[in-house]
Amino acid sequence: MQTEAVMAHHEHHHNTDAIDVFGFWLYIMTDCVLFGCLFATFLVLNTMGMQPSALKSHLNLYDVLIESMFLLASNFTFCLAVLNLYQKKLFKVQLWLALSFVLGASFIFMEVTEFIHLAKEGFRWDVSGAASAFFTLVGTHGLHVTFGLLWILLLIIQMPLLKMNQVARRRMTYLGLFWNFLDIVWIFVFTIVYLMGAI
Amino acid sequence: MLEKLLLGNLTLDAIPWHVPIIMGAAVFMAIGLVAVLLLITITHKWKYIWDEWITSVDHKKIGIMYLILAMVMLLRGFSDAILMRTQQAIAAGHATGYLPPEHYNQIFTAHGVIMIFFVAMPFMFALLNMVVPLQIGARDVAYPYLNSFSFWLTFVGAMLCNVSLVVGQFAATGWLAYPPLSELYYSPDVGVDYYIWSLQIAGVGTLLAGINFIVTIFKMRCKGMALMKMPIFVWSALCAMILVVLAFPVLTVTLALLSLDRLFDMHFFTDFSGGNSMMYINLIWVWGHPEVYILVLPAFGVFSEVVATFSRKKLFGYTTMVWAMAVITLLSFIVWLHHFFTMGAGADVNAFFGIATMIIAIPTGVKVFNWLFTMYKGRINLATPMLWVIAFFTTFAIGGMTGVMMSVPPIDFQVHNSLFLIAHFHNVIIGGVLFGYFAGMIYWFPKVFGFRLDEKWGRWSFIFWVIGFYVAFMPLYILGMSGVMRRINHYADTMYQPYFIVAAVGVLFIFIGIILQLIQLAVSIKNRHALRDRTGDPWSGRTLEWSISSPAPLYNFAVLPTVQTIDQFWLDKENQHALKPMQPKEMHYQPIHMPKNTSAGFIAALFAGLAGFAIVWHMWIPGILGFVGAIGTLVARTFLTDIDYYIPAETVKRTELAHLKEMAHAD
Repeated sequence: MQTEAVMAHHEHHHNTDAIDVFGFWLYIMTDCVLFGCLFATFLVLNTMGMQPSALKSHLNLYDVLIESMFLLASNFTFCLAVLNLYQKKLFKVQLWLALSFVLGASFIFMEVTEFIHLAKEGFRWDVSGAASAFFTLVGTHGLHVTFGLLWILLLIIQMPLLKMNQVARRRMTYLGLFWNFLDIVWIFVFTIVYLMGAI
Repeated sequence: MLEKLLLGNLTLDAIPWHVPIIMGAAVFMAIGLVAVLLLITITHKWKYIWDEWITSVDHKKIGIMYLILAMVMLLRGFSDAILMRTQQAIAAGHATGYLPPEHYNQIFTAHGVIMIFFVAMPFMFALLNMVVPLQIGARDVAYPYLNSFSFWLTFVGAMLCNVSLVVGQFAATGWLAYPPLSELYYSPDVGVDYYIWSLQIAGVGTLLAGINFIVTIFKMRCKGMALMKMPIFVWSALCAMILVVLAFPVLTVTLALLSLDRLFDMHFFTDFSGGNSMMYINLIWVWGHPEVYILVLPAFGVFSEVVATFSRKKLFGYTTMVWAMAVITLLSFIVWLHHFFTMGAGADVNAFFGIATMIIAIPTGVKVFNWLFTMYKGRINLATPMLWVIAFFTTFAIGGMTGVMMSVPPIDFQVHNSLFLIAHFHNVIIGGVLFGYFAGMIYWFPKVFGFRLDEKWGRWSFIFWVIGFYVAFMPLYILGMSGVMRRINHYADTMYQPYFIVAAVGVLFIFIGIILQLIQLAVSIKNRHALRDRTGDPWSGRTLEWSISSPAPLYNFAVLPTVQTIDQFWLDKENQHALKPMQPKEMHYQPIHMPKNTSAGFIAALFAGLAGFAIVWHMWIPGILGFVGAIGTLVARTFLTDIDYYIPAETVKRTELAHLKEMAHAD
């Protein structure tokens, strides 16, 4: 009886992993819709109203490029953390996660600096619909990244507690999906907001 | 400074001491609340309530809690309807009625918001929770803890909306809070903020529940149940939930942008500085139109189940039914502009959306004919669920017809924003959604509570509801055609008054219908032993939920079922297998793996409610506390490892044998 129960238990966890990750994919889809709305709003409001190309004169594409590299690099280091997780190397997992955190935090630091700079130059969120849409779209992505950073910290703490078991792997999969997704969104932000805005 | 951070704009003046109607309602609610709390305390039920309900992750109990929420909010939303109808019956010519405009505006806003978000949505999730896992042969939903969190978020959203009645005021903007009226410069008080945050919190709950049910339906079906062998109600739930996950993020964004306008002087929807109020109206209807189908598709599912069961026939055209729902799901995303043909998008755009709207009548027609053909040559049993279905056919057909009328842009230009529109959508929402949910509630009531509802009182409430509906809303078609606009609290021309009086009489009939429903419930509880469902299959049903005992045991299925076909249970009964399992005493039962109850969802939702209330009043310290508290609670739970347990095989065996004994007794 006992062994049966244990086996059933094991099987249960095995089964639910695929189920749980499917649910997280669905959440990512809903976030896609959310960003889709913000992009649509940005595109509508950016090209109408009183200051149609106000954004253009304030943009510094080089800074944004460096910013982007930080985010992309943090995704790379995150993947290294996942690889090490599957090899059960706790310290390396934590190390790569910590590096991902630092790179992601650098991205956020540059973004906040840019926002402050824009506001000082007079492109505040309350001057026009276009500015509101810009700050909200880019800021929502930034909030997501910030949330992801807290999540990375949480996993660094939980990794030894969970002894890198199935649960830990599942959580890394969630965070990995989330972190990759934010990169993809950023590529769209970079293209639509910054590149198309600068042209 | 600290006081400002703690209490924000909230002062004692926020409570409308001088408005007798509100204070009366407040006293009434307070007495009710205190009575309930006292009753729990006197009977020492706090531990029971906490252990068995508040922290429960059992989908059946969460379903019951959704149902109670929907019923309580129905009473509140309906009292708003009574206020509006009586005001309009009185306020003609020189008479101004008893409700001042600013109060009247809040009432129609609250009525719409409550009926859609806090009656129809919880009612739908009540049915989904009670039925979907049972119909697919699963032991729970995919994420039981998330399910509890979703419910409590919905609950907190509803309570935030209720609090606005007494502390401050609710939005006076109409149920979708169109800007620029809902912007800070036209609505400077907290009404719109209450609106935003109660919907935002409830909306997140709905979104999470949507994800939960999609995963449940895709991944938790029992062995052999291919997609095209699912009960039709499960299909309707799946379509509705796909709409939820696609549409609700749009609502979240739209309300967030409006909130940014109001909190941080942004210019998304202002009429100056490059804002665009039509952007809001487009976005909100990109969510709002699918929302209508989110509500009505599960009702369609209920009708399909009820018609088949009470005609004792297989559902006619299962495959076309599924495709019809899939087509409706798709089309519901490309018709939103028909809510504002008058925007001035031009003839080509209006023509596209008009035609897309008309096309929806085709799959809907397919469904209606399928139901009729299911009844054709069936052995029809006119029990109360079936009565509601029959009332639905005619009522919904009329509502659908007027809908197609309004999908023609030139006609819409004439009746836009008139009472004709009000009559139309009440015709489909009451006649389609509500009648369907009532049918479903009566149909599945025994499965959840273990006894049937009283038929006699049910029939009387049905009669009053249906007559009341027609008396209340048919005059509105005539008034709308004559040019009377919606949302008026006074009209000069007394020629219209008779129609409004008739409509008010209709509401009185519906009121009696609701009272009779409450009596029905009370009588049924009193006679629960006589009405006890011993077999677990009171209606001679066709789907898996009727194969287990009523009420369903905690673990639902002692042995997970296997199916080969649609309506497997019906087939088993015909082959005489299901009712007499081989030597039940020697059946080998296994321990069943179940999730433990958790209070995390409840606590996190309360913190979210605190955050919402705090933002409404600009109380920044409690706001941060609420936000951090909600996230912190969810994070803290991720540290727990002891989150599941086993029901011993012995307990399962005992429960199952008790059911078999009772069933044999019934024969």
